[in-house]
Amino acid sequence: MKTKVKLEDLNVHFDKNHAVKGTTIDFGENSVTAIIGPSGCGKSTVLRSINRMHDLVPTAKVTGRILLDGINIYERTIDSVSIRRLVGMVFQKPNPFPAMSVYDNVIAGYKLNGRINKDEADELVESSLKRVALWDEVKDRLKANSMELSGGQQQRLCIARTIAVKPEVILMDEPASALDPLSTLKIEELIEGLKEKYTIVIVTHNMQQAARISDYTAFFYLGELIEFGETKKIFTTPDKKQTEDYITGRFG
Amino acid sequence: MKIFSFRKLNNSVMTLSMVMATILVLVPLGLIFFHIMKMGLSSINLDFFVQIPKPTGETGGGMANGMAGTFVLIALASLIGLPVGILGAVYLVEYGGTRISAVIRFAADVLSGIPSIITGMVAYAMLVEPMKGFSALAGSLALSLIMVPIVLRTTEEQLKMVPDTLREASLALGVPLWRTSLKVTLRSAMKGVVTGILLAIARISGETAPLLFTALGNQFWSNKLTEPIAAMPLQIFTFAISPYEDWHRLAWAGALVLVTLMFGLSLSARYLGRTKQQS
Ligand SMILES: Nc1ncnc2c1ncn2[C@@H]1O[C@H](COP(=O)(O)OP(=O)(O)OP(=O)(O)O)[C@@H](O)[C@H]1O
Ligand SMILES: [Mg+2]
Repeated sequence: MKTKVKLEDLNVHFDKNHAVKGTTIDFGENSVTAIIGPSGCGKSTVLRSINRMHDLVPTAKVTGRILLDGINIYERTIDSVSIRRLVGMVFQKPNPFPAMSVYDNVIAGYKLNGRINKDEADELVESSLKRVALWDEVKDRLKANSMELSGGQQQRLCIARTIAVKPEVILMDEPASALDPLSTLKIEELIEGLKEKYTIVIVTHNMQQAARISDYTAFFYLGELIEFGETKKIFTTPDKKQTEDYITGRFG
Repeated sequence: MKIFSFRKLNNSVMTLSMVMATILVLVPLGLIFFHIMKMGLSSINLDFFVQIPKPTGETGGGMANGMAGTFVLIALASLIGLPVGILGAVYLVEYGGTRISAVIRFAADVLSGIPSIITGMVAYAMLVEPMKGFSALAGSLALSLIMVPIVLRTTEEQLKMVPDTLREASLALGVPLWRTSLKVTLRSAMKGVVTGILLAIARISGETAPLLFTALGNQFWSNKLTEPIAAMPLQIFTFAISPYEDWHRLAWAGALVLVTLMFGLSLSARYLGRTKQQS
């Protein structure tokens, strides 16, 4: 397995709160890694350090290294904007741009950054929406406001918007937790297909989901990485007692 | 039993005083409007809108130059005040958290508390003295000083209400913070921002004191921004304290137009504020 993203002794503090404690993990290229653990254990914090989202939180302090293709993204010479183009993110609550149409949402990454020519845009909208299996559902209402879509459709739209800017890594923070079971299933199927092209890191509270869709699983507890390994192993014969207790629902 | 009736009494006393308070607010407003209507309506005619004031002794004339002047002053004040106020608020909310933002916020609060005659003096010292003459520019500068804190504070409140998830959506696509601030955050707060702008314009359109020794006023049309310029509040003031019956009529008509303008601005601001809550 080729490493795409490597966390090296990653620590995140919010003021005095030590939210992520000395974590080292390799995320393999074209694989899906699930991050699991009880609420508040630092899953989102780990995820958000991979696209430098903490840059905007004045109290946050990130130390250690995160290597993307071997390059430390926290190097002072590296611009967070260029990192975010390579590392996309999908959020817990679908957050399409409410003032934009379905069409404009897909190409929002280009529109907000300047211009995009019409043919290129048309093609990008179609291919991105097809990729997230939304094309058939919305092809007749591309000009409709994005808020008219259902929650599940909005979330797939957000994934389409993310892949439209051609990232290499996609971070997902509980992307299906606000959705109904059917929409959840669609998102899961989608993730399955996306890993051919992208490296995916997904936070989830749903053990079955982690077991179904991920190749690797990282279990966090109180800001510490307790165990990391192949999903099959973590879910059948974990090394640590804490992991087993969490997975079997005995705590968390 | 006793406690119960006491509470009941207390309740009706409260209700009564609130009704009284409401009446106390509404009655003066109604009286002002009614009185201005009564005194001014008869003098509103086409001449009023197209003619400039006649020399003393002649009857007729209008306030066309005053209305145009007020329009120019508002436009120019907005040109200075809006960018400063809006971009200042964007800085405070999107980039703030530093000591500078505390200073800016404090400065805005102080500025909004300063009597408007003082802003006139500031503009006098900054522009009238160096340029050796009263001017539309100086008047606009004085008005913009009143505008900035209003626009800054209302915009700030609106920007704070934009959910972080929206900012993050944009940032996560690799859109730089400054573009995100302008194209996503500010745009989604636009309705509320416009409401604040309208209120600020309503506020400055009636300001007289800051214009007294900046724009000065002008009996005629002015051709340059570096010349004294007429303004409705100034004309109303001059005409109202004059001894001529005919000028008094014009002053009332001017007051009616000005109050209607401010009323319209406030109503539009309210309407915009209302529609925003629904969406
Ligand atoms: N922006 C922030 N400012 C201050 N503290 C924060 C911030 N974000 C997270 N934290 C703190 O960091 C710790 C980890 O939070 P995090 O959101 O990463 O947990 P999580 O595992 O994602 O939880 P959940 O499953 O509930 O989403 C918590 O103690 C939280 O209070
Ligand atoms: Mg979380």
